[in-house]
Formats: sequence, C-alpha cells, structure tokens
Amino acid sequence: MTDRDHTATDAPAGVDPESPFVRETYEGAQELAPRAATATEELEREVGSVLRLPESHGVDMSDIDIEYPDDETMIINMGPQHPSTHGVLRLMMELDGETVLRTKPIIGYLHTGMEKTAEELTYQQGSTNVTRMDYLSPLNNELVFSLATEKLLGIELPPRAVWIRMLLSELQRMSSHLMWLATNGMDVGSTTMMIFGFRERELVLGFFEKTTGLRMNHNFIRPGGTAADLPDGWEDDVEVILDNVSSRLGDYDDLLTGQPIFRERMEGVGALSADEALNLSATGPILRSTGIPWDLRRTMPYLAYDEVDFDVIIGTYGDNFDRYAIRLNEIRESVRILWQVLDKMPPGDYRVQDKKVTPPPRARIDESMEALIHHFKIFTEGFKVPEGEVYVAIESPRGELGCYLVSDGSSKPYRLHIRAPSFVNLQSLPVMMHGGLVADAVATISSVDPVMGEVDR
Amino acid sequence: MELSLPGVARATGHDGHELLFPDRARYHDVVAAHREAGFEMLSSLTAVDYLGHPGRTLPPEVAPERFELVAILLSLGQVKRVRVRVQVPEHDAEVTSVWDLYRGAEAMEREVFDMYGISFTGHPDLTRILMPEDWEGHPLRKDFGVGRVPVQFKHAPGPR
Repeated sequence: MTDRDHTATDAPAGVDPESPFVRETYEGAQELAPRAATATEELEREVGSVLRLPESHGVDMSDIDIEYPDDETMIINMGPQHPSTHGVLRLMMELDGETVLRTKPIIGYLHTGMEKTAEELTYQQGSTNVTRMDYLSPLNNELVFSLATEKLLGIELPPRAVWIRMLLSELQRMSSHLMWLATNGMDVGSTTMMIFGFRERELVLGFFEKTTGLRMNHNFIRPGGTAADLPDGWEDDVEVILDNVSSRLGDYDDLLTGQPIFRERMEGVGALSADEALNLSATGPILRSTGIPWDLRRTMPYLAYDEVDFDVIIGTYGDNFDRYAIRLNEIRESVRILWQVLDKMPPGDYRVQDKKVTPPPRARIDESMEALIHHFKIFTEGFKVPEGEVYVAIESPRGELGCYLVSDGSSKPYRLHIRAPSFVNLQSLPVMMHGGLVADAVATISSVDPVMGEVDR
Repeated sequence: MELSLPGVARATGHDGHELLFPDRARYHDVVAAHREAGFEMLSSLTAVDYLGHPGRTLPPEVAPERFELVAILLSLGQVKRVRVRVQVPEHDAEVTSVWDLYRGAEAMEREVFDMYGISFTGHPDLTRILMPEDWEGHPLRKDFGVGRVPVQFKHAPGPR
C-alpha cells in the first residue's frame, strides 16, 4: 500500500473526519466507534451478547444502555506500540472513569501473508515458514506441519523420532511458559520475575542451540522425522535443565504465588466462565482455567503422550491467578514428562528411511548414483504428497494449534491454514476485560498470552 | 452417535474425521444440529480456493464450486471432530454466518472474508481483520498475484 494517508471520508457519524487526530490515526471500520454511531447488532456483540450464551439468544436490549451519554465515556487507544501488549496488539477501549466497558482488539500489524507464502514453498521448505509464526514455541509449529504432511504421506515414524519430538516439544512448552512468567511478572510489576524467567529460559535455549543450531526458528522437526540426532551427552544437559528448573520453581512460588500484592492483582481479575470459554473457542490454559480438563495431549493423544504419565492442570475460577497457576504447574508436569522421556528414549533412527522423503546421508551421495538422484530431486523439486486434505491439532503452550493442509498431489501445499491459538483466544479478551479496571487490562492481556506473530501470520 | 441429516453427503477423511458436505442452504442447519448434539466448540473455520485444482475428491452428489468453506467442529464430550465442507460459488460468494451459534466464529469469519471475499450474512461486524481497511482484493485467492507491490531498493528514486 502506498497511500497510508487516510482521508476518513467514510468515518461513521459522530466521528469528525476533519479533526487532525482522526485524520492521522483513522483506519476505517475496524475501529471502535461511539455508541451512538454503532449499529444495534454490533453493540449487542460488543457490550452484551458476546458475554452471553447463544441459548439465551436475543439479548435484552434494555440491558444495554445505548443512550449512555457519549461525554461520560471515553474511547482510548492502547497500542500498537505499547510495552505490555506483547507485540503489536492494538486495543481500543471504552472507559467509564477507570472501568473498561468495551474492548476491541485490532490486529494485522504483523501480517506478512505466511499462508500465501506456504503455497509457494515445497513441503521440505515449509517448516522454515511455519516455524516463524509462533516465535515463542517454533518447534510446536514445525511439529504440527510435519504431522499433517506425514498423515497425507501415510508414513510411520521410527520410535526415536517420535520421542525426540516429545523431548523438544516439552522443553519448548517449558521455555514458552517461563517466558510467559517473565513477561507477566513484568506486567504486574515484578522485575525480579522477569530476570528469573529469562534466566531459566536461557538454559533451555542453550540446549536448543546445541541440538538444532539455532535458539529459535529451528527448522529441526521436518516431515519425515527430525533434521539430526540428539548431540552426544544430551541426557546430562537435559538433567541439568530439569534439576535447575524444578528447584527454581520453588523460588517462583516464594516470590509470587504466596505474595499478597501479586495475589491482589491476579485473583478475581479477568474472569471467564466455562460456557463463555467454549463458546468463544478459547483453548489451552484459558479453557483449563475455567475447570474444563481439555488437553489434547491427554484427550486426543499424538506422538507418544499416551505412554507417559502426567496430570492435566485445571483451575476453578477462570481468573488471571488460575491461568498463572496453570502455567506454573504445567512446567512441573513438563519436568515430569521429560524425566520419563529421558528414561524411555529408544535407540534407532531419528528419521524415516524412505528415500522419496528423506535426503540420503552425505557420505552416500559420493558412492551411489541413486542417492545423488534422490538428493537432487528432494532439494530441487521436493517430494510429492498424495492428494487429500487433513486437519491435525496439537496442544501448543497457548492452546489448540491446528494445521489444515490440502494437497493437490504436487510437491507444494495447495492450501495451508494454521489454526493459531492466540488468534482465536484473543476474542475472549473483551469478555475478560468487561467491567474491570484499566489498570488490570495489562495483566489480563498478559494472561491471554498472545503471540502476535501467530495472531497475524 | 451419528446425526441423521438426510440429503447431506458424508465421507471419512484421511485423518479419520467425519466429513459432511451440506449445500449452502443447509449449512447453518447442519452446524446448528451439531451444536444441539453436543459439539460445544467451533474449533476452526477457514476456506480454500479451488481455482487451480478443480478436480479434487468429492462425493458424487456434490457439485464442485470454486470456493470451499471448511468448518471444524469439536465435541469435548464425545472426543470427536467433524468437518463441514460447503461449496461456495464464485459469482455469489455468500454464506450464512454461524456467529449466532458460536461466538468464536467472529474473528474466523472475518479472516475468511478478508482473505477470500466470502461474505457472511448475519455477521455483526464484517470488516477486514488482517489486511489494511483500504486494501484491494483478497490475498489468498489463487488469482491474486504475489509480488505486485513495488519493493523499494537503493536504486529507487528518493532522498538517498
């Protein structure tokens, strides 16, 4: 787009298109308009009906004070550049004093057309693309893409590949939740927690760097297995991480869980009911905080999650504190799973030995003409995937991460849709913020844990 | 438990999920029937533009159209997913919104509208969600070319 200077001629009634503030910031109909200028239907959604259930459908319009004088409320803008919005999230909020009445998340600032890009890349290259969506848990994105491709290919992975994926996936969950603890700590004013969270996450990232070569955006889990085997001595490295993290989780309890100021800020703030969470398609810690034990690792097991022992952590009140407690305890469960992975890691191959999908080892290329041909075909044309369409979902740290993949039989995906948990979870933000204080807004945004790379894709 | 939906073609997908192919008029009813039958969550909603791949596998009674709307419903009680695939013609790309059944459809339908130009009747706020408000075209359509926006390099005229 070249013309970013909006004339705002299509501004809704009540918005003065000539005002310099409007001219410079107006972005069209996405924005929150004054109540007087909002159609009944949309007002219903923003104020009333989104807070209700479809059963109670046909919202009582007398509940919504449409005649609310506009000069008693104020529409303010928060973001897209705001330290605590976790990226370029922009919120428009209608405030009555300090109380939030309506909230509208405006997204798209980080949209780079990754689903369109995916149609131009082969399946071999595809994992480099999807890994950049959720940049706090890139390995989970690679995993869901690989699982979808493998389902279309109809290949079975060797057990070691499956368990390496479990190892990485759980370490990733740990690092993502640690990062969340850090940023959430900062949002509610605990800079100590921020330093602690980043310090422990660094341990995990160090292991990723040793294993995959990169701290993030690894491109390590690929269709057909993983890019390489685990490095020598990986067991010791993982044990050091687990010992460190599990002992320091106690410190976090001392620092935050029992701390009166922290509890005051978190308890009862941003509450969501189970029905609302289901209705709004919220998944992950948000859904579990309302008391619904839905964790895809347990309910629809993938990889070898049905062979390890762990608990699904649920909350009761659906408030910010429950979501904090769930994430903290999910780190403990990840530690538990990782000890079992250390015990049970099977020997064998780290990728499937199918010449059409997996490139041959480097040494074979010098000796075998056939290996050279396979290598050449895979890296130029890519492997062909049979026609069909699949939906595969895994439990990412943020919720249900789904991949809808359509193949037309060529070597590039015909359509790749990532069902990003942050994108869907953001819809529950207006419900959580309704009636709360603007000072708590920051803590509530943080408890949704949106990653904007994944929201906008 | 399988819902009785006369006149709606069924199949089983590669992933073992149940596929349903209602026509556009019955789409809302089919989703509503599932909502009644314990499918609490709309897990995902997206679309596919089959312009370059018209010959995909469909049950014989379903006539292929250019667009296909894909809604994935999830039942937590039955631990089951159902995929509803609706054919949407190019010249009249309009579908009934399921927002009245699942509030979570709001952002997903806006995304489909933004990316494919399929409009949803009954949606309360059908505006662009990811692209700028004044963007022309719908980027995920197959006839929307990539690389149309001129990229500014150092040889471009400018203050430098």
